[in-house]
Amino acid sequence: MRTLHLKKSIVATSVAVGLAGALAACGTSAPSATPSSTSSTSTLSGTVTVFAAASLKATFTQLAKDFEAKNPGTKVTLSFAGSSDLVTQISQGAPADVFASADTKNMTKLADAKLLDGAATNFATNFLEIAVPPSNPASIASFADLAKPGVKVVTCASQVPCGAATDTVEKAAGITLSPVSEESSVTDVLGKVTSGEADAGLVYVTDVKGAGGKVKGVPFPESDKAVNTYPIATVSSSQNKELAAAFIAAVTSEAGKKVLSDAGFGAP
Amino acid sequence: MSFELQASLRARNFDMSLSLGDGETVAILGPNGAGKSTLLGVISGLLRPDSGAANIGGRHLFNLDAGTRHWSPPHLRGTALLAQEALLFPHLNALDNVAFGPRSAGASKTAARESAKLWLAEVDAANLANRKPAQLSGGQAQRVAVARALAAEPELLLLDEPMAALDIHAAPLLRRVLKRVLKDRKAIIVTHDVLDAYMLADRVIVVEKGRIAEEGPTRQVLERPRSHFAAGLAGLNLVTGTISEEGITTPDGRVFAGQHDPGWPPLPGQAGVAAFPPSSVSVFLGDVHGSPRNSFAVTITDLEPHGDQIRVRAGGPSQALSADITPAASADLGLVPGMEVRFVVKSALVSVYPA
Amino acid sequence: MKSATGYQGIPRWIYAIAAVGGLLVVLPLAAMLAKVNWPQFIPLVTSESSLAALGLSLRTSAASTVLCIVLGVPLALVLARGEFPGQRLLRSFVLLPLVLPPVVGGIALLYTFGRQGLLGKSLEVAGIQIAFSTTAVVLAQTFVALPFLVVSLEGALRSAGNRFEAVAATLGARPTTVLRRVTLPLVLPGLASGAVLSFARSLGEFGATLTFAGSLEGVTRTLPLEIYLQRETDADAAVALSLVLVAVAVAVVGLSYGRRRSSTPSEVQA
Repeated sequence: MRTLHLKKSIVATSVAVGLAGALAACGTSAPSATPSSTSSTSTLSGTVTVFAAASLKATFTQLAKDFEAKNPGTKVTLSFAGSSDLVTQISQGAPADVFASADTKNMTKLADAKLLDGAATNFATNFLEIAVPPSNPASIASFADLAKPGVKVVTCASQVPCGAATDTVEKAAGITLSPVSEESSVTDVLGKVTSGEADAGLVYVTDVKGAGGKVKGVPFPESDKAVNTYPIATVSSSQNKELAAAFIAAVTSEAGKKVLSDAGFGAP
Repeated sequence: MSFELQASLRARNFDMSLSLGDGETVAILGPNGAGKSTLLGVISGLLRPDSGAANIGGRHLFNLDAGTRHWSPPHLRGTALLAQEALLFPHLNALDNVAFGPRSAGASKTAARESAKLWLAEVDAANLANRKPAQLSGGQAQRVAVARALAAEPELLLLDEPMAALDIHAAPLLRRVLKRVLKDRKAIIVTHDVLDAYMLADRVIVVEKGRIAEEGPTRQVLERPRSHFAAGLAGLNLVTGTISEEGITTPDGRVFAGQHDPGWPPLPGQAGVAAFPPSSVSVFLGDVHGSPRNSFAVTITDLEPHGDQIRVRAGGPSQALSADITPAASADLGLVPGMEVRFVVKSALVSVYPA
Repeated sequence: MKSATGYQGIPRWIYAIAAVGGLLVVLPLAAMLAKVNWPQFIPLVTSESSLAALGLSLRTSAASTVLCIVLGVPLALVLARGEFPGQRLLRSFVLLPLVLPPVVGGIALLYTFGRQGLLGKSLEVAGIQIAFSTTAVVLAQTFVALPFLVVSLEGALRSAGNRFEAVAATLGARPTTVLRRVTLPLVLPGLASGAVLSFARSLGEFGATLTFAGSLEGVTRTLPLEIYLQRETDADAAVALSLVLVAVAVAVVGLSYGRRRSSTPSEVQA
C-alpha cells in the first residue's frame, strides 16, 4: 500500500509541478504527505475507470452498481464506445484502468502495443441473431430468408466486428446477402429495424434482448460459426491496479456471469 | 390626354387631388415630409392609397372608390420614375440600362439597343453607352437614368428631386437636358429648387402637410406667393392678414402699408398677404423718431451670409421676417442674435394681394 | 478594399486572440496533415471504395446544391421581400437545421420519408422508395444545407434593398422580368456564396445521412461515412480521405471567396 500511496501522490503532484520536482518532494516529505483517504490497508478504495465496448452498456452499468454496493468507498467510472475507438483513446493516453472489448482483435492491438498489465481474460461471448420488426413483414424465419429478393436487410460493414461476424456466417452458410445498407455500428443496424425501414438486420443476441419489444429475434443455427468473444484486462498505465483486478474478478464471478447471461451473453 | 388624380392615405396624412393637361410639366414644391414622395409613390403604384382614383386619358391607374378595387401594378401604368439617385442597374452597361424599358415592353434585343442609342444621344450621353454604372460620374449616371426613363416611353414621367444628389457643376447640364426633353411632355417634377420650377415647369403646386397649399402658373406663384413655403422659395417675406385700404391688417392689429397689386383690385375685408423682399427692409437700433410706417420691433434670431449681403433673420411679433443689409452696416450696428432692433419696410416695395 | 497605410483601429491584443482562434482551426488540420501516410497516399485515396465514396459525395452534393437553389431562392425571396402572417415563424423554422444536430434531422426525415413515415407510406404505395437510396442522401444533404443558401441570399437581398426593383417596375418590367433581369443579377454574389456554402455543407453531411439513408458503397456511403468506417480498421485510409475532403472544401471555399472579391466593385454604384 505504501508504494501505491507514493505513486498516487506522484501523479497528483506531477500534474501541477512536473515529474522531476515531484520525485524530489516525495523523497523528503513522504510521511507528512500521506493522504488521509486511505485509512485502511485491507479494504478497497478509490476510483476505477472502466472503458467498455458499447454493447456492454447495460450489463456493465449493473455490474458497476453491484461492485460499488459491495465495496463501499469505491467508485466505478464507466466509458462506453466502439471497441476500436476505445483502443485509440487508450493508445493516446486516456486514463483507463480496465478495458473490456467486444472482440479479441482490438484487445490484441492493445497487447501488441504493450499497454496491458498481464493477460486478458475472456468473460463472455455473443452471437448474431436476426432482428425483425415485431410484425415481421417479410416473414423471416431463417438465415436463407434474408437472401430472398425484395427483402431489405441491413448488416454491419465488414470493417467493424459485427460485420466481420456476418461475413463469416455468410461463408459458413454458403449464402451471399445483398444488404441495402452496411452500417458502421450495430446500434445503427438496430435503429434501421426498430424504425421499420429495414425488414431485417443482423445484430447480436444481446442487442435483440436489450431492445425489449421493439424488435423480435430470429435465431439461426449458422450463428455459432461466428462467436464473438469478449475479453477484459487491466491497462498497464492504471494507477489502481488492485481495484482494477477486483473489478475484473467481480465481472468474471458467478454473480457477474449471472448478470451477463441474463442480458443474453453466452459463457466464454 | 390628361392626367387626373384624387387620393388619400390616412397613415401618411395625405389627401390631394390634381390634374395635368396634355404636355404639361408641373413642379411639386414643399417642405420635407409634406407628401411629395408619397404623391409620386401613389401615382407610380409603389404605394397604395386608402381611397381615390387616377387615370391617364380615361385609362384607370387605380380606382378605389365606389366599391371598385381596381389597381394596376406599377409595370402596367406607363409612369416611369426617376429618383434622386440614378439607380442604374449595376450589372448592365449604360446602353443596356436604357434598353431595359423597351426590352420589358417586348422589343427584340437589337431593336431595344437601337432605340437606347437614340435616347442616349438625346441626353448627350451617346459616348457613355459601353460604360458600367460604376464608371460614371453622378451627373453622367443621372443623364443615363433620364434616357432610361424616357426610353420606356412613359405617358407620365415622374421625377423625384433629380438634381438633389448632384454637385453644383453637374446640375446645370442635366437641367438643360431636362428642359429639352420635358418640353411637350407630361411630367411631374418634385424639387426643392426654385430654378427647376422656373426652368422646367409650366405650373407649380405647393404642398404642405399632405395637402395642396397653393397652385398656379410658375411665375405667378413665385412672384406672388401666398404660402410661406413658396415665399421662402421666392426669397420673399410674407405677412398674412386682412386687406384694408392702406395695405393689410395682421391678426394682431398691425397695419402693413403697401401697394395693391394692379392685377387684383383690393377688396377690403378679404384675406390677403403682403410680400416684400428682404432688401426692402432696413435695420435700426433703438426708437425711430418721426413716423415711419411699417416699423416693427423684432428680436434677431440669426445672421448669415447671403450673396454679398448679410441676411438678418428676426422673429417679429407675429411672423418671422428677414432683412438683407451690407456687411459694413451689420458691423456698424454691432448686430448679434438676441438683440432687439427695429425693422422698417419701405411701403413702396410691399405688394399686397388677396390670399 | 483597404489601404495598407490607413488607420485600422484594431487594438493589438485583438491580434493575439485572433491568432489563437486561427490556430484552433489550423492546428488540428496541420496535425492531421502530419499523420498522412504519404507513400501510401495515392493507393489509399484511389482505392475502389474511396473513389466510389468521393464520386458519390460530389454527385449528391451537386444535386443537393441544385435543389437548394431551386427551393432556397423562392424561400429567401418571400422571407426578404414578402409580407405575410407567420413570416417570422417560417424564417425560424427554415433556419432550424443550422442549430439542430444532424442526427435529429435524420430522425425527422426518417419519420417523413421513411417506409413508415408521414409521406413515405403514400410514396411506397406509388412505388417510390426513398429509404436506402441515393435520393435519401440528397434529401438529407438538402435538409441541412438549405438554411445556408437561404441565409446568405436573404442577407444579400436585404442589403440590396428593393429600390432597383421599384425602378424596374415603373419602367414596365413585369415581376418575373424584374426577378430575372434585376433582382437575381444584383444578388448573384450572395447567391453564389450561398450555393458554395450549401455545397460544402452537403459534402460534409454525416449525421442525417447515417440516420436516414444508411451506408452502402456507391449508393449511400458518402465520403464522410467512408471515413468514419475506414477509421475502424485503417486509420491511414481515414486520414488520407479526410485530407481529400479538406482539400475539396478548401478549393470550393477559396474559389467562392476569390469570386466575391473580384465581383465587389459592381456592387458599389448606387
